[in-house]
Amino acid sequence: MEWSWSFVWEILPTLLEGVKVTIIATLLGSALALVVGLFVALARRSDNPFLSRGTGFLAEFIRGTPLLVQLYFLFYILPDLGLTLSPLVAGTIGLGLHYGTYTAEVYRAGIENVSRGQWEAAKACNLTTPQAWRHIILPQAIPPMIPALANYFIAMFKETPLLSAITVLELMNQARSVANFNYRYLEPMTLVGVFFLVISIISVIGLRALERRFGRLG
Amino acid sequence: MPAPIIEVDRVSKSFGPLRVLEELSFTVAPGEKLALIGPSGSGKTTILRILMTLETINSGHIKVDGEYLFHMPKNGGLAPADERHLHRMRAKIGMVFQLFNLFPHKSVLDNVTLAPILTKGVAKADAERQAMELLDMVGLADKAKAMPAQLSGGQKQRVAIARALALQPKIMLFDEVTSALDPELVEEVLNVMRRLAEETDMTMLLVTHEMGFAHDFADRVLFFDRGSIVEEGPPDEIFTNPKEERTQAFLKKIIAAGQRV
Repeated sequence: MEWSWSFVWEILPTLLEGVKVTIIATLLGSALALVVGLFVALARRSDNPFLSRGTGFLAEFIRGTPLLVQLYFLFYILPDLGLTLSPLVAGTIGLGLHYGTYTAEVYRAGIENVSRGQWEAAKACNLTTPQAWRHIILPQAIPPMIPALANYFIAMFKETPLLSAITVLELMNQARSVANFNYRYLEPMTLVGVFFLVISIISVIGLRALERRFGRLG
Repeated sequence: MPAPIIEVDRVSKSFGPLRVLEELSFTVAPGEKLALIGPSGSGKTTILRILMTLETINSGHIKVDGEYLFHMPKNGGLAPADERHLHRMRAKIGMVFQLFNLFPHKSVLDNVTLAPILTKGVAKADAERQAMELLDMVGLADKAKAMPAQLSGGQKQRVAIARALALQPKIMLFDEVTSALDPELVEEVLNVMRRLAEETDMTMLLVTHEMGFAHDFADRVLFFDRGSIVEEGPPDEIFTNPKEERTQAFLKKIIAAGQRV
């Protein structure tokens, strides 16, 4: 089989459409994961044992089952219960929920990373609990979280091909359909690899910069 | 004799199965300088932390400035204090910690101004002027713009003292404030505290292993062992002529370790 540049040029616009969807799904999934993680982390810190244990169990459940299975539930089984989601919405929710259980751990580690002495000093300075969070704890907890969160979002990006299983027209799905249509797999799959590699490398360079700027959690 | 500013009445405290305070009672007069000494684990730091409301008590009562610390009057009886009551009581008390606990993300000046601005609504300019006076008093006016990480241990602790003073508490608690310092940095912190003791009428409670300093600084010394006060009295009496066997044994060990008392 010979590499055909003309075929590459022919399929490039379609693949770029897929790249766009892949990036959109990653960004939306990341945004959702940030919010979901915050709620999970807060619920797990709650004094209410039902809330904290219930959330803990749910998070373990989501982390312990494959994302692909969750996507199937969201897209193929929820409609039977009367809730029909578009492929991209279902995919985004799947990514956001799944990675939200990981970002929750990042939040938890970031908050616990701030020493107890800081809480005590805030109290000795007579700050209220909300003031302590806002002025003392979060400004110290958040910077080291940023590289750890970015790391998960890069991992999420590389898992977006799973969304092709629920008909999201992301990069992998577009590549597979042009490949199936033309009986040529070499160029589409190579390009998929190249796109992921390039975006990953750029992201990792960005991640290293974040780590240099904010330090690492731990 | 004026009414005491602190009354500790039969306070007990346990951490799990470990009893750290056993029916502890003592009072402190306004303006008094009190040194709490004794072996580690004797409960002296715990009572300081309790006064700062960093720990709760299991039984007994504490009054600060005429009001119950952990209780508040309700329907003719006493109810556990709510957060608002504790917040109001904390305004009377300041604390300096063994490990400084400066806010590492804030400059020296911001460390000192933060609490007055947030808790007393002091205008920023006024808070900064007052902070500069305090930093000048602890000899660190030239470090106002520095970050805590750029300071030596002794400098950090002097900033922590200025930070606690900025809220103008009636009572200051010093918890082993020189224990984490290199020996050559201890004196600069003790000097600041000496001046403070001379120049203000603040009530001060000091937990320390520096017996020589406790001797000079304190009006009265409480010797703690196993969660209660074994002996108390003026420093000259406690350090030169202790009556109780446990006090004698403790001081003997301290002297054997080479400290002046």
